[in-house]
Formats: sequence, structure tokens, C-alpha cells
Amino acid sequence: MEDEQSFSDICGGRLALQRRYYSPCCREFCLSCPRLSLRSLTAVTCSVWLAAYGLFTLCENSMILSAAIFITLVGLLGYLHFVKIDQETLLIIDSLGIQMTSSYASGKESTTFIEMSKVKDIVINEAIYMKVIYYLCILLKDPVEPQGVSQVVPVFQSAKPRLDCLIEVYRSCQEILAHQKATATGP
Amino acid sequence: MVLKAFFPTCCVSADSGLLVGRWVPEQSSAVVLAVVHFPFIPVQVRELLARVQQVSRVGVTVLGTWCHHRQEPQESLGHFLEGLGAIFSHEPWLQLCRERDSKSWTCKATRRQASAAADEDQVLLIFYDQRKVLLSRLHPPAALPDRQAGDATPSARGLAAVFDTVARSETLFRSDRFDEGPVRLSHWQSEGVEASILVELLTRASGPVCLLLSWLLSLLSAVSSCWVCRLWPLTFVGSKLSTCEQVRHRLEHLSLIFSPQKAQDPTQLMRKANMLVSVLLDVALGLALLSWLHGKNRIGQLADALVPAADHVAEELQHLLQWLMGAPAGLKMNRALDQVLGRFFLYHIHLWISYVHLTSPFIERILWHVGLSACLGLTVAVSVLSDIIALLTFHIYCFYVYGARLYRLKICGLSSLWRLFRGKKWNVLRQRVDSCSYDLDQLFIGTLLFTILVFLLPTTALYYLVFTLVSRAVWMLGLGLDTGLAQAPAPGGRRAGPDPSARGRGQLPAPVLAGPAAVPALQTGSWRQVPRPSARGWQASPPPDADEPPALQPRDAHLPPPQLRLPPQALVELPVPQALLRGAHLPLEAEGGQAGLRDTAAVRSGPGTLPSRPTPSGTGAGPAWGTSTAHRSWGLGAAPCSCSSPVCWGLPLV
Repeated sequence: MEDEQSFSDICGGRLALQRRYYSPCCREFCLSCPRLSLRSLTAVTCSVWLAAYGLFTLCENSMILSAAIFITLVGLLGYLHFVKIDQETLLIIDSLGIQMTSSYASGKESTTFIEMSKVKDIVINEAIYMKVIYYLCILLKDPVEPQGVSQVVPVFQSAKPRLDCLIEVYRSCQEILAHQKATATGP
Repeated sequence: MVLKAFFPTCCVSADSGLLVGRWVPEQSSAVVLAVVHFPFIPVQVRELLARVQQVSRVGVTVLGTWCHHRQEPQESLGHFLEGLGAIFSHEPWLQLCRERDSKSWTCKATRRQASAAADEDQVLLIFYDQRKVLLSRLHPPAALPDRQAGDATPSARGLAAVFDTVARSETLFRSDRFDEGPVRLSHWQSEGVEASILVELLTRASGPVCLLLSWLLSLLSAVSSCWVCRLWPLTFVGSKLSTCEQVRHRLEHLSLIFSPQKAQDPTQLMRKANMLVSVLLDVALGLALLSWLHGKNRIGQLADALVPAADHVAEELQHLLQWLMGAPAGLKMNRALDQVLGRFFLYHIHLWISYVHLTSPFIERILWHVGLSACLGLTVAVSVLSDIIALLTFHIYCFYVYGARLYRLKICGLSSLWRLFRGKKWNVLRQRVDSCSYDLDQLFIGTLLFTILVFLLPTTALYYLVFTLVSRAVWMLGLGLDTGLAQAPAPGGRRAGPDPSARGRGQLPAPVLAGPAAVPALQTGSWRQVPRPSARGWQASPPPDADEPPALQPRDAHLPPPQLRLPPQALVELPVPQALLRGAHLPLEAEGGQAGLRDTAAVRSGPGTLPSRPTPSGTGAGPAWGTSTAHRSWGLGAAPCSCSSPVCWGLPLV
């Protein structure tokens, strides 16, 4: 069962949340970030090239221009490969674990998997940055102290959705976690 | 209740058969390792599983049936498969079924004893890549404080149990379809065991090669520890030259690498691997240096530059002495003593220069042969270089020794006579200063001598100061090389950093600090008490009793500290202050106790045995090596199932 909704992130950009319910114990949430806008790309390229041209008129060395072109290309590729995240996915499988995937604009994917036995809870936390922002995070159990929390893993770091989107995801995750806890303590 | 079934991707297209694997009840998950195909005899299947279980200590059993309908669904096969559940009983019994060219599977898990809430278990099917899981061995997590001994090794928490199961049951994967066994299995290696010919050949060859090399090395160490080499001059010289030290280290490294015993655990394996790689790197760098040296006649140029350099140094020293013999820095020296000392040292320099000129025709040959030692490793070449520098500046060290000895004598005399001047005496028994009544003639002579020594003090002090500074300047040159040598890995697997308290040459020169500062201290006569280390810069323990040898700081981390017997009250009733070892040169204070040095050196540094110290630090460094996951990234050939055989020959080939 698939479902798509559009939300906005904390900066005002448009996000698309895709929910897939594979089964009562397996759900996937996919957040697509706004794409690289042509306007910002043009602006950066133009500023870099204008600066290079200004240096060229000062130094009369044409290497500066070729260097500027090279730098722009390499910088763009690096940005797409290392920085720009297109999509963030959260996959919850009851009794197995939680997997978070970030796919970059160049196609690179980086995955993190957390076992269900390590997960204590999924909560929405508040943070005070320039304003108050909310983020969803996974609390991990502390092996030494049963009631403590050893680590906090934030989810959807690049997409940064707002509270309404987070509430949707939170509710679904809590259903699964409740189900998992019930079966874990059951027979 | 959800049941997780881990199914290998290589068995997706296999024929129908039995599922063989391990059931992990804590996570209610079934890890399928292989599929046994028809026809089979149940007894033989049971035997195979029992054998695998015995070798790998993984509880491998029959978990269920796998049905792959390639043609029309056969009803008879279905009944047959259900009948198998009666022969190999397992709780719960897994039944996986796949239609021909269909993406949907049927997964059923039935329990014999139906519970009251008898709903069928849900099956969560997880595909895993056997090869990748096998190749990524996880290191066992650090033991938690509340784990009992009952937490057996096969059971690890969570998904690590799955990894563990697959990694440990590699005996099951050894038979492929070309083997004529009674049971036909299907797993990731059933198309043919993955191996590389080179790795196999190396494995076979490494055994005899290791034995031969370790025999040769033992022969070498036996030769070096025979009685000829235990004579005192040789051991003394050997313990001073850092070349012998490095060669000994190298022998230790090599004998550890080529030892025919298997490495017991991953940390030891890593240590061996680390050592092998460092030795190879060292030798490669040494060979590069060798090729650079022997090209373009660089050795000839070096030899040509050596003698003029020595001459130049000698000339500078002569100028220095001429300056000292005049009125250095406007100080007025005692003429006679000045001339005597100056002429003595000048004669020394003359002797030294004649010696250097005598050996100048042979220097090039010597250098050429010594340069060949670089093929043993870069560290050996550097140690040879540092030894050459030490030998070439030996005369400067000699001057330092003479000046310091004279100064020491004078100071001893001065303090004792000062006490006499005040009417006191050092009590050996009580280790303190007592008053004493002297006779008149004793007082008279004592005062005379005291006056003489006092007036001769500036001359001696100046010579001492100048030569100490010069020898320390030379020592600083050698310090850089020795610090570089200290970075080489020790046989205990520990990277020995420049540990100033442990290495002789790395120590701060306490006599330098104490020298100028000790002059005012000595005039108050307080240095015979327990020296205050921080105030005066002595790196010393409290002064010993007359009979007990003090513990000195070890020369480096591998030799036990030589126990020296200091001459108590050799001259006058004063304890000689603590001696320090300084690299290749014993300070003069320690040489005063030559009697003690002779017998202790013969006892301690003779055999050149392995040190006993690094072992606790070696095991302490163990966890630091072993906490990374997936260490099997050697890239020397994909032979993951043969990891035990190269290990048993001590080579880190995986």
C-alpha cells in the first residue's frame, strides 16, 4: 500500500513523503528533498567565473580561467556526490531492525542498520537553533544500564521536515514498536 | 509469533531438498546454510551433520524442506516432503516452496505441539549473500561485566549470531559438487571451492620454508650466544653499539614471523602480520637506500669527504684548546695546570688524527661493505650510521670523560676538606655528618690542601664545562637518529615511542643540568644528602647504602637495567652520586665501579635473551588491534575457507 503526501521542511522547501505499508510489521518512509535549483547553481557558477575573470584582468594569466572552470566542475561533482542528498528512507521491520538510507544526487547510497534489540524507543525531540526545530530520533539501549540511553540517532538529518510530517512517521513507528514489544514479551 | 528465516541467495535456484542449518531459539530465527538434494540416505545425512557439528561446534540440524517446482506441481513430492518431517523431526518445521518462474514463495512453519492459541507462525524470509557474510567476520564484542560463563561462544546477540553461525560452519562448505560424497549439497561453493592457485601453492610451500628459516635463525642465535661472544670485551662493545641491538631485534622479529606455530587468536595473527609487513617495508627501504648509495660512486664521495671533515673537527678542537690555554673570556687561569691540561688534550687530538689518517685508505672499502648491511633493513643502516658518528666523535667523548673525572675528583676533595675545615666528618655507619676533633697537623695539612684545590677550581671547572657542552652538542646529533630508531616496532608488537625514561640516548642529560647548577650546590656541601631531584636536576634515586647496588634506568626497553656497584667512599668518605646511563657511553661515575660492572655485565647482557618485559604490554595492546571489524582484507586471493591452514604455518596469508 503506497501513499504520498507533500510537506514542507524548516526552510520552506517542498518535501514529498512516500509511505509504503508492506505488511503490518514492515513499513517504509521515503522523504524526497527539493532538488538542486537551477537558480542557485547559476548564481554560484557566475560568481566564481566573474571572480576568476577579475583575477585574470589583474594578472593577465589565462591559466586562471581554465582553473576556474576546472574548479567549478570538480566542485559541482563533489557537491553532488558528497553533500547533496536526494532522498532519505526509513525502513522499519518488526523483530529485525531499522534501516536508514540516504541516497545522494550522484547515485551514491549510504545505509545504516540498527538491530531491534538495541532500539529503546523512537521519539521526537526539540532543539533550539535560531528557532525551535523538531527532529525524530531513535534512542538506543545502554547495555550496561537497563534504563539508560546510550546513543541518540537522529533521522532525516538532511531533509529536516516539520512537525506535521514527523508526527505521521512517529505514529506509524510507534505502532510497530508497540506491536514488537507486545510480541517480545508474549509467548 | 514471527519466525525469521535466513535463506542464502545461492540456493534460490537449487533443486528441491532438505534445508540444513541452525536454529537460534533466542531470536526465533532459522539460519539456512545449505540444501541437501535427493536422493539421499537419512543415516548418511545424519552422519554428515554430526561430523560438521563436531568440527565446527555449531548446532547444524535439518530445519525443513525446500521445494522448487520446475515442472508441474507434483503431488507425490508434496507428500514425500511431508513424510520427511517425521524422519527428521525439528521444532518448528519449515516448509519453503517456490513455483516455477514465480516471484512469490510459500513459507510455512508448523509446530508439532500445537499450543492453545494455535495460529500459524508468520515467516519473515530474509535473503543473505553467503559469500559476503562469510567474508566479514565480526570480532567478538568486549565481554560485558554481567555475562556469565554460561553464555557460550556460538550464541552472540542479535544478528551477530547469524554472522557467527555462517562464519563458523565453513566445514560444511568445503565439499562441492565434484566431490564424490554420499550427500549432495548446495551452497555458495557447491559450484567449486573458491581458491586461488597461488595461495594454495604458497600454503603448501610455506610449511617447509618456515621450518628451514626458523632452523637457520636458531642456528644464528646459538652461534651468537656461544661462549666466545660472552667474553667481557665483546659483550661490553656489543651492548654499546646500537647496530648489534638492531640486528638482535631483527633476528627476534624474523624468528617470531617464521615460527612454525599457529597464531592462537586474531590479535596474534595481526601482530605477526604487522611485523611481517614492517620487516618487508624496512627491507624495501633499505634496498632503495642501497641502490641509491651504490650508484654514481656516492660511497667514494662520502669516503673522500670523511677524512677532511675529521681534520676540520680536529682543527676546531685545537683552536678551542688554544683559546682555553690563553685567557678564555677574560678569565685568569692557573698557568701551570692550564698548560698541562691543554697539552694533554692537544696530544690526544694529535693521536686521534694520526689514527684517522692511518685508516683513510681503507675507509672506502669499509664503507662499501657496511653499506651492504642496508639490505637487512633501513633501521640497521640508520643504526650503523649512528654508530659511525659515535665512533668518529669518540675523542670528544673522551675529553668529556677526562674533564668530568678531574672535576669530580676535585669536588670530592673539596667537600671533604671543607668539612674538615669546619671540624666535621662524614659518618659512614650513620650516613650523616658528625663532628670530629682533628689533630693540629691534620687540620693544617687539610687547610692547605683545601686552599690549593679552591684556587685550582676555576680551571678545572672551565675545562669541564666546555667539554661537556661540546659533547652534548654532538650527542644531540645522535639523538635524532636514535629517536627515529625507537619508532621501529618492538617484537612485543608494541610501537615503542621515544620514551625518555626508558632509552639511554633519549634521556635528558642530567649532568648538563647538574653541572653548572651543581657548582653553587656543592660549595654548600649539601649534595651528600638525598639529592632533590627537581631542584638540582638529578635523575636519581636516593643515595644507596654502601653495599646495595642501585637500580638504574634501563638503557632501552629491552635490556634489563644493569646493576652497578658504586664505589662507596672510594676517595673520601662520600657517596658518589647516582650514575646515569647515556646511550653508548657509560658515564664516568659508573665506570668508577668497574669491578661491579664486570661481573654484572657478564651475567646480564651476555646471553642476549628475549626480554621478559614486553609480554604484558603486548597483551595489553591486544584489544587495540582487534576492535575493527572485517579485518580480512588482504586481497591475496579469495581463499576464505583455507584460513586455518596458512595460519598454522605462521604466515598471515588468508
